[in-house]
Amino acid sequence: MKAFTTLTALVAPLDRANIDTDAIIPKQFLKSIRRAGFGPYLFDEWRYLDRGEPEMDCTNRPLNKDFVLNQAKYQGAQILLTRENFGCGSSREHAPWALEDYGFRAIIAPSFADIFFNNCFKNGILPIVLPAETVDQLFKEVVDGYQLTIDLQAQTITTPSGQNIGFTVDENRRFRLMNGLDDIALSLQHADKIKTYETERAKRAPWLFKDA
Amino acid sequence: MAGKTLYDKLWDDHVVHTEDDGSCLIYIDRQLLHEVTSPQAFDGLRLSGRQPWRIARNLAVADHNVPTTDRDKGIADPVSRLQVETLENNCKEYGITEFDMADIRQGIVHVIGPEQGATLPGMTIVCGDSHTSTHGASAALAFGIGTSEVEHALATQCLVQKKAKNMLIRVNGKTGPGVTAKDIVLSIIGQIGTAGGNGYTIEFGGDAIWSLSMEGRMTVCNMAIEAGARAGLIAVDDITIDYYQGRPYAPKGDDWNMAVRYWQNLRSDSYSGDLFDKVIDIDAAGIKPQVSWGTSPEMVVAVDANVPDPAQEADPVKRQSIERALQYMGLQAGQKITDIKLDKVFIGSCTNSRIEDLRAAAAVIKGRKKAASVKQVLIVPGSGLIKQQAEAEGLDKIFTAADFEWRDPGCSMCLAMNADRLEAGEHCASTSNRNFEGRQGYGGRTHLVSPAMAAAAAIAGHFVNIAEDVA
Repeated sequence: MKAFTTLTALVAPLDRANIDTDAIIPKQFLKSIRRAGFGPYLFDEWRYLDRGEPEMDCTNRPLNKDFVLNQAKYQGAQILLTRENFGCGSSREHAPWALEDYGFRAIIAPSFADIFFNNCFKNGILPIVLPAETVDQLFKEVVDGYQLTIDLQAQTITTPSGQNIGFTVDENRRFRLMNGLDDIALSLQHADKIKTYETERAKRAPWLFKDA
Repeated sequence: MAGKTLYDKLWDDHVVHTEDDGSCLIYIDRQLLHEVTSPQAFDGLRLSGRQPWRIARNLAVADHNVPTTDRDKGIADPVSRLQVETLENNCKEYGITEFDMADIRQGIVHVIGPEQGATLPGMTIVCGDSHTSTHGASAALAFGIGTSEVEHALATQCLVQKKAKNMLIRVNGKTGPGVTAKDIVLSIIGQIGTAGGNGYTIEFGGDAIWSLSMEGRMTVCNMAIEAGARAGLIAVDDITIDYYQGRPYAPKGDDWNMAVRYWQNLRSDSYSGDLFDKVIDIDAAGIKPQVSWGTSPEMVVAVDANVPDPAQEADPVKRQSIERALQYMGLQAGQKITDIKLDKVFIGSCTNSRIEDLRAAAAVIKGRKKAASVKQVLIVPGSGLIKQQAEAEGLDKIFTAADFEWRDPGCSMCLAMNADRLEAGEHCASTSNRNFEGRQGYGGRTHLVSPAMAAAAAIAGHFVNIAEDVA
């Protein structure tokens, strides 16, 4: 996993609430058994005018010119600004995979769906929760070339006018993301505790331990 | 008074380790695997040279991509076929039990878990699928996870989690005629919204919940995620215990007796509300049969109501959502719900494909046929065993006599990863859980309803107030 420390990048504003993971990556693309290559199909039904199919070459597909990510001024954006409850619906990790593969490293919204929020941290994406009024302010400020600087260590966002906006991330998640750490290796450091737990639990609930 | 909620008890019983910031390593009693969200997890294991921590605590089944007709011919779509074969190969390589397409026990992962007793009260249960919340109906802490966490649970039998807050939704009193578990949960989502449960585990209680069958309870908990809560819960009672007795994977003999004693404590110490961070009270008698009109499960109204008018909405973000949804759905503000004409009907999914759901649908038909204007009605049972049971009861004959199609088990048109799907612009009365844009097929228009409502709509060709016309 890529570590996340600081990021200065262009912002793309996606002004919709309750964007679900079916919209982020439609189900036909979930048939892939790989982890990479979902970026061209990100927001497929909104981004293109035709119907997307797995493994399609997207270079010549007709674009929906009205969709924000198709506008020239937002090309290269790595920060997505959006509205409440982003990522609701399915648990598919293909959603953060697609966002990451497209190039997004941070998402700013007033709230996120829980599973999606959790999945972001496993894939080097920083989801930032800000008050709805602050998100509103950022939507109003986004103009051509609007960039934000995100500092995960300091937990601050700096706007082009020099305003500093604070945010918070759980200490454990922040540490893992800043260091790009493999969760499994960290958890396996507690292997002895897991075994002790199993021994204790088998006394209380033996029926759960008759299989192995 | 001091005491614990059901969620507190389940959580405390599974904590292996607590970090300084309060995040915990939680032990996982059961992982369910399916073909869509597991291949990259197995790849991760292989790349890191890790082995599953406890192989027997995993159970796998292919459900999302499997065809619901002509099973003997295999899977026509090569991409779907590869995904299903990948699951089979991974299970063989690691020695994980899998119910394959030819197995009578095959079905939707959230249907077969309880049916087999592979998911039990008091367990922590995870699956790479958001509708894992279904299993909370048995007082198990069950929630959906992403593929990285599937790999984590395989490798460590644990997950890193932060405890959610406690919410109690009390549905008090008795529901009226034509009102099912599906209507209760749709009505709840309509009230609290799709983000209403974010950050919470929701325990559902009150007489209207506790009087539901296990099937009905599963329908309610299934859609906790549609209210934003990763997990839904319902306390153990005699209905729960009776349901599990004799299930293939359920404990036997002395273990059964010991398990029952343990399970009987799986309820909140008080339902007065004091133990919960948030309490919502709902009057069951006020709930009518529900129909969703928009592109989010919170966009739902009673069948005797009208499609909402965005001009009446003060909040600009919500107004824009309503306008967008009406445009996508091809509906007019103020249109009567009972005037919406259906092109297709789908009865199935992890929400409503259990035997009780099929009985409810069959009861509505009463010897009638689907409306000529309805192109297709799919009945997709949740598992091979449910299909067998329904056939033993003669339900399949009732469906086929009504020109409904009687299919093999799987997720089918709930998310249209197999060949079952809507065409652009088609309206579908669906017993599934999500009415998102494109969910049931590119440009498809989904209306979420109960099995009784779906069957009644198939006969009439439009929605019907089943509280009055059928009951």
